[in-house]
Amino acid sequence: MKKKHNALLSGPYLVWTAAFIVIPLILIVYYGFTDENHHLTLSNIAKITDPVTLKALFLSLLLSAMATVICLILAYPLAMILARMKNGASAIITTVFIIPMWMNSLLRIFAWQTLLERNGVINQVLSFLHLPPQHLINTPAAIALGMIYDYLPFMLLPLYNALTKLDWNVVNAAYDLGANRRQTFFKVIIPLTMPGIVSGITMVFVPALTTFVISDFLGGSKVLLIGNIIDQQFTQVGNWNAGSGLSLVLMIFILISMAVMQHYESDDEGVSSIL
Amino acid sequence: MKKFFTRLYVILIFILLYAPIAVLIAFSFNDSRTRAKWGGFTMKWYVQMFQDAEIMAALRNTLVLAFVSALIATVLGLMASLSLNRMKKRKRTIVLGILNIPMLNADIVTGISLMLVFIAFGQFLSQYGYTVVFGFGTVLLGHITFNIPYTVMSIMPRVQGINPSTYEAALDLGATRSQAFRKVVLPDILPGILSGFLLAFTLSLDDFVITHFIKGPGFDTLSTKIYTEVRKGIKPEMYALSTLLFAGVLLMMFGIEKGRNARKKSQQYH
Amino acid sequence: MSNKLIDLQHISKAFDGQLVLDDLNLYIRENEFLTLLGPSGCGKTTTLRILGGFEQPDKGKVIFDGKDITDLAPNKRQLNTVFQKYALFTHMNVADNIAFGLRIRKKSEDYIRDKIKYALKLVNLEGFENRMPDSLSGGQQQRIAIARAIVNEPKVLLLDEPLGALDLKLRKDMQYELIRLKNELGITFIYVTHDQEEALTMSDTIVVMNQGYIQQIGTPEDIYNEPQNAFVADFIGDSNIVGGTMVRDKLVEILGVRFACVDTGFGVNKPVDAVIRPEDLELYALPKGAEKGSPEYDKVSSKAYELNPGYFEGVVTDLIFKGVHYEMDVEANGYTWLVHSTKMFPVGTHVLMNLDPFNIQIMNKPESEDEQAVTLNEM
Repeated sequence: MKKKHNALLSGPYLVWTAAFIVIPLILIVYYGFTDENHHLTLSNIAKITDPVTLKALFLSLLLSAMATVICLILAYPLAMILARMKNGASAIITTVFIIPMWMNSLLRIFAWQTLLERNGVINQVLSFLHLPPQHLINTPAAIALGMIYDYLPFMLLPLYNALTKLDWNVVNAAYDLGANRRQTFFKVIIPLTMPGIVSGITMVFVPALTTFVISDFLGGSKVLLIGNIIDQQFTQVGNWNAGSGLSLVLMIFILISMAVMQHYESDDEGVSSIL
Repeated sequence: MKKFFTRLYVILIFILLYAPIAVLIAFSFNDSRTRAKWGGFTMKWYVQMFQDAEIMAALRNTLVLAFVSALIATVLGLMASLSLNRMKKRKRTIVLGILNIPMLNADIVTGISLMLVFIAFGQFLSQYGYTVVFGFGTVLLGHITFNIPYTVMSIMPRVQGINPSTYEAALDLGATRSQAFRKVVLPDILPGILSGFLLAFTLSLDDFVITHFIKGPGFDTLSTKIYTEVRKGIKPEMYALSTLLFAGVLLMMFGIEKGRNARKKSQQYH
Repeated sequence: MSNKLIDLQHISKAFDGQLVLDDLNLYIRENEFLTLLGPSGCGKTTTLRILGGFEQPDKGKVIFDGKDITDLAPNKRQLNTVFQKYALFTHMNVADNIAFGLRIRKKSEDYIRDKIKYALKLVNLEGFENRMPDSLSGGQQQRIAIARAIVNEPKVLLLDEPLGALDLKLRKDMQYELIRLKNELGITFIYVTHDQEEALTMSDTIVVMNQGYIQQIGTPEDIYNEPQNAFVADFIGDSNIVGGTMVRDKLVEILGVRFACVDTGFGVNKPVDAVIRPEDLELYALPKGAEKGSPEYDKVSSKAYELNPGYFEGVVTDLIFKGVHYEMDVEANGYTWLVHSTKMFPVGTHVLMNLDPFNIQIMNKPESEDEQAVTLNEM
């Protein structure tokens, strides 16, 4: 009786999981390792060595790593300031910094397009000040900026959560035992907020590495990321095998960062801190 | 002095976050098609936006999709949480690990894999004379899939926190199994169910990447509509849409905050 | 005892406009076990945090060993703190926790190893070097927190409600542990607690605080036997505090009955408060139905009269057995008296109640808030 009851409960989502999570992943692997005639091949994976693709992959890794580091450097002090505010103020002001996260991310990137364009707001301000216009849009820097802007709240939130959970008496204990501010920061505060740092890094790095919207909007068609190449394979070229092969390569990097996250995962910081 | 720099830092980041949004809002009232000039105040982009059948259809699709997918994902998430709680630890870890894949995986990979699976299902079903049409149905299935892990994540801790004795106490006091569940267990996990639903709803509203791969031609949500419009060249109606969506987000946050305060207050008085 | 080690001069501190400490003056001698005792919000923890350097006073000075350390950072002070809930570094094992301060001071690893061994022995946790704090019980974590502080050889150890999170049995054991430690180390302990029993057991000196003021400073015996105001009397142990009139020296009227007492110098017909400890009240059972003036009644009343020429007549309204004694409520002259006795008087018993003149503690009635602040310089 009890067994049957449980099967009724678990049946639907187990079937769901198999149909829409497990089988799709198997399909990617299948397409990635076969050609259009269903013959086994490594040529899809090897497409990564194509100069354009390789350049896009390196650029993706470089820009997403840069954006992650800058997000961390920007967000950590802010999270410290917010976490040390008085109870009431802290929650409200933190909400103010999180609100943009809930706004459609395409529109937020679109806003930067408006700012950075050839005739955009920044260049108009420059010309008003009689300064020469700058070539801002369609550069790797513009993409990095878009990444930082889009994902900063995702870095801020886990850091903030980790820092509010930190017992400040532990920090006081470090001072009390003779450590100066720098020693306390590196020997106590950083190690104790490591789970927050790691989940912040993953929450920025993975989406930044795989984005194609930010590069579409802020890179024009001139700067391509690995996400654009995969997107093109599926929506324009129609070569699912090549697209799947490249996705598999991309997944290796995602798996690495997931493994790192798993290693540091402590109960409930991280993804679950979104609400 | 230290306080001054702290303030300055907070304000600078605030400006970085909100300046682009402020610019969008300003342009939504700009009576000039080119952004190069300020042509005076106007509401006409808002009027045109509401008259644009495509934008309105996309808005309707987005809301229906978010509501239905969040609802189904919450039900499935509740069932999953209840049955996962009874599983042996090893099995539970494995099932949860698989369930969480869409949450941890990159959206682009999830989107592609779902696209491939819908095509495969289509090929399989075509042998029996059925077809899989890319559109609302496929997008709904996709949204439910990426929403389930979030609803489980919200509901699971509540389920684990239930003291089994309260359920048994209810049985002991004469309640039937279903009465005990409805009157004792459900109220305990209700906050988790609600926050899971809300989270799923907002994630569905916000999704672009997965929808992009599984929507097929002719079907649009707001996100995919914005994507095509922006790539075609900017229509000022988009600014109006941004402004309204931002106002919507603010209202929602305000509502949540207010609800939270009201709850806190009522707790204080009881 | 020896000379002043720490001198707090005119310390004031406010949070959000709320005055937490108001012109506090206090000195602490070398080798003293001094306890700051009071209810939550009385300013005791703030005082400790000012000593540790975690808060700056708005006004006043902290003098340590003759030097002004008011603005000195916590890491430069020769005192160490044992924090509430231990504040161990959860990312380090026990040995690294204890070594933290020594590594900061760049001591040699040999020296550090010896010190860890010595400290763990001192707190009875030998062999715990490689354990992580999370795997230890509350009492063990507490000992590690103490070990971590004392390896730095501070002149003063500050302890902020260190036993608050432990259960009753463990708390008793740790009280004796702490006294032993203090004697072995020969340093000054400044201890913050809201538990009067802890304070009475361990301290050389108790400072009773309330609402940012020092209420009384003295030895545990002084504080218990001669509370200087109603707050101290009420806070330290159970007591009956009743309003009365000092008729003249050595005679006080309480609830309409005149009692002999030993206090003098309050003047004539002055309103006062009388503090009477529940264990000091003597009860005499009246036989059932004994009327006033009947021989049975007189027999009992003359016995009561021997103790003090004045007594109350009342009825026992509540009775609880407390293990060592009975705790009773006695209704008499419009007041419910708390009485402890080793003899049982059932509920409903008519009793006479009396006490030794020596056991009536007379206090001035506070006239305003300000007078509740007792400034004491005779220490």
